[in-house]
Amino acid sequence: MTQFLIRRLFWAVFLFFVATIITYLIFWVIPTNPAQLAAGHAASPEFLASIKHRLHLDKPIWFQYYYFVENLVVHGSLGQSFINRESVDRIIGKDAPVTASLVFGGAVLWLSLSIPIGILSALRPRSILDRITMTGVLIGISAHPVWIGLILSFLLGYKLHLTPIAGYCNFFPGAPGAQCEGPVQWAYHLILPWVTFMILFAALYVRLVRASVMETMSEDYVRTARAKGASQRRVMVQHVLRNSLLPVVTILGMDLGLALGGAIFTETIFNLPGLGHEVIQAYGANDLPVITGVVVFSTVCVIVFNLIVDVTYGFLDPRIRPS
Amino acid sequence: MALLEVNDLHTTFRTDDGLVQAVSGVSFSLDEGRTLGVVGESGSGKSVTFLTLMGLVDPRQAQVRGSVLLRGEEMLGASQSRLRDVRGKQIGMVFQDPMTSLNPVKRIGWQLEEAVLIHHDVTRKEARRRSIQILKEVEIPKAEERIDDYPHQFSGGMRQRVMIAMALINNPDVLIADEPTTALDVTTQAQILRLMERLQAEHQMAIVMITHDLGVVAELADDVIVMYGGRVVEQSDVTGLFAKPEMPYTWGLLGSLPRLNVQGARLEQIPGQPPSLLHPPTGCPFNPRCEFVMNICRQELPPLEASAAGADHLFRCHLDAAARTEIWQQKQAAMMSEDAA
Repeated sequence: MTQFLIRRLFWAVFLFFVATIITYLIFWVIPTNPAQLAAGHAASPEFLASIKHRLHLDKPIWFQYYYFVENLVVHGSLGQSFINRESVDRIIGKDAPVTASLVFGGAVLWLSLSIPIGILSALRPRSILDRITMTGVLIGISAHPVWIGLILSFLLGYKLHLTPIAGYCNFFPGAPGAQCEGPVQWAYHLILPWVTFMILFAALYVRLVRASVMETMSEDYVRTARAKGASQRRVMVQHVLRNSLLPVVTILGMDLGLALGGAIFTETIFNLPGLGHEVIQAYGANDLPVITGVVVFSTVCVIVFNLIVDVTYGFLDPRIRPS
Repeated sequence: MALLEVNDLHTTFRTDDGLVQAVSGVSFSLDEGRTLGVVGESGSGKSVTFLTLMGLVDPRQAQVRGSVLLRGEEMLGASQSRLRDVRGKQIGMVFQDPMTSLNPVKRIGWQLEEAVLIHHDVTRKEARRRSIQILKEVEIPKAEERIDDYPHQFSGGMRQRVMIAMALINNPDVLIADEPTTALDVTTQAQILRLMERLQAEHQMAIVMITHDLGVVAELADDVIVMYGGRVVEQSDVTGLFAKPEMPYTWGLLGSLPRLNVQGARLEQIPGQPPSLLHPPTGCPFNPRCEFVMNICRQELPPLEASAAGADHLFRCHLDAAARTEIWQQKQAAMMSEDAA
């Protein structure tokens, strides 16, 4: 177990360097002038030079990267935004809960929809239910989140006034300058983003669950269970389900880790101030510290969720339980 | 009354390519305490025959016709709940591959107890007691400890012992063993066969031994069915079959048995491939591979007829009695001379 964790840790450090170096390289390749953006168009050359110096933009890119790593390792800080000098740690601390609300709420919705439907489809392949489901899956997979989001926002929000069109409210009240707050408003504002997420992912997961259940049902040990005289219900619950959810856990872990780094499309459509929203703005402003900060956070999320998957797997499958 | 009586059983699978005649008109009967060997190549319909009579073929894909009487009670068309009662209680089943036949995420003990609890209204503690008892009977060392292990902690031979224990835990009348030793190494095979023989005597049960290995049949079986292309092609008691097999496919099977005392002699092989059940040959199913094929073999299926040895020895072949006797004597002489050389 310890050896396993140490190996994981080395991987995490390696991934961290790969992801951040690539971010810096891309930033170096594209022609940018963040100092100009920070200083404003009317800034004098002297002022521009002093800004450049303060942001270390007058140094070569490898020094900027070294400075970023040193700052992170020595001070535990992701630096400050080029544009408004706000601490990147604070920006991420502010945005991550929004993205997490969207991702976890959406995951609960899409899982509670796709697991039962996937199982029912697998039990009756080629039935009416299965055909309808598979058609829905095709639509869900083909549709773009921007399109789904806009349609939902237009129909349910703008036309029918059932939900807000966009916007976000904090779950915990007390934030300064908030227009709305509290769990009810939070959930109310997140309904459409959640549904958008659900449509997107439920389609993929129905297919995944269906295929996995069907494969498990043809396993030899399922035939053994039937030969013992087990009822259909017992066969499904005790022998098929746990085995068929193993691949679903893997994919779910990867999807959650990835999505926590920012659901760019959904956040943009519904004007949610999450990480995806933040990173898009930072790209526009060439705000390297913010972009790198989100990349680092996202990498950490992917690593942590893969670790969670491995640990969960150990619980679900005794064959890979580390002894 | 026979314990198990199968009459004119047909199983047809609907597939995307058409109808597959997996079993065509199989009949046999099994008396209490007897051992029936069912021999044939892969795809001869031997496994499907017994999956059908246990109600384990998918009714959405398979059409089943004929009659299966278990102690006089018709099983084809019986309700699902009645079939579930029979499975695991009156008929136990052991499958070919012990590596994949146990649920990998459940403990051995849980899987054994499940077999008890499905059929008996007893406490889990009692079910566990019976499970340890049966594990001892199949000679699992340290059964009290190993019962809490997972399948992957057992070797192939040990897992097959667990499978046998699971099939026997409710004292069934019939044990159907579908190639139980095929996936095991030779020394383990012999142990498993001896174990089954001992348990049969202790539990007073009938065994159906599905196999492609005539050596296993010679060792264990009282009666033999030879299946080919979904049909019974020869049926006899075991001494009668080995003394004078009556049709070319059985000759081929006997000729392809390796014999230890013959050095360097080539094994006889049956040329060609087993028949396609999707497009079965007309006439005798064996005619495309038969070295004695005649015109009539391609047109008419030979009926299952009694041999000169007695009404209990049935076979399908268009060759006349004199020809069959002569060919078998020649084959036997050839085998003997090889043995002598």
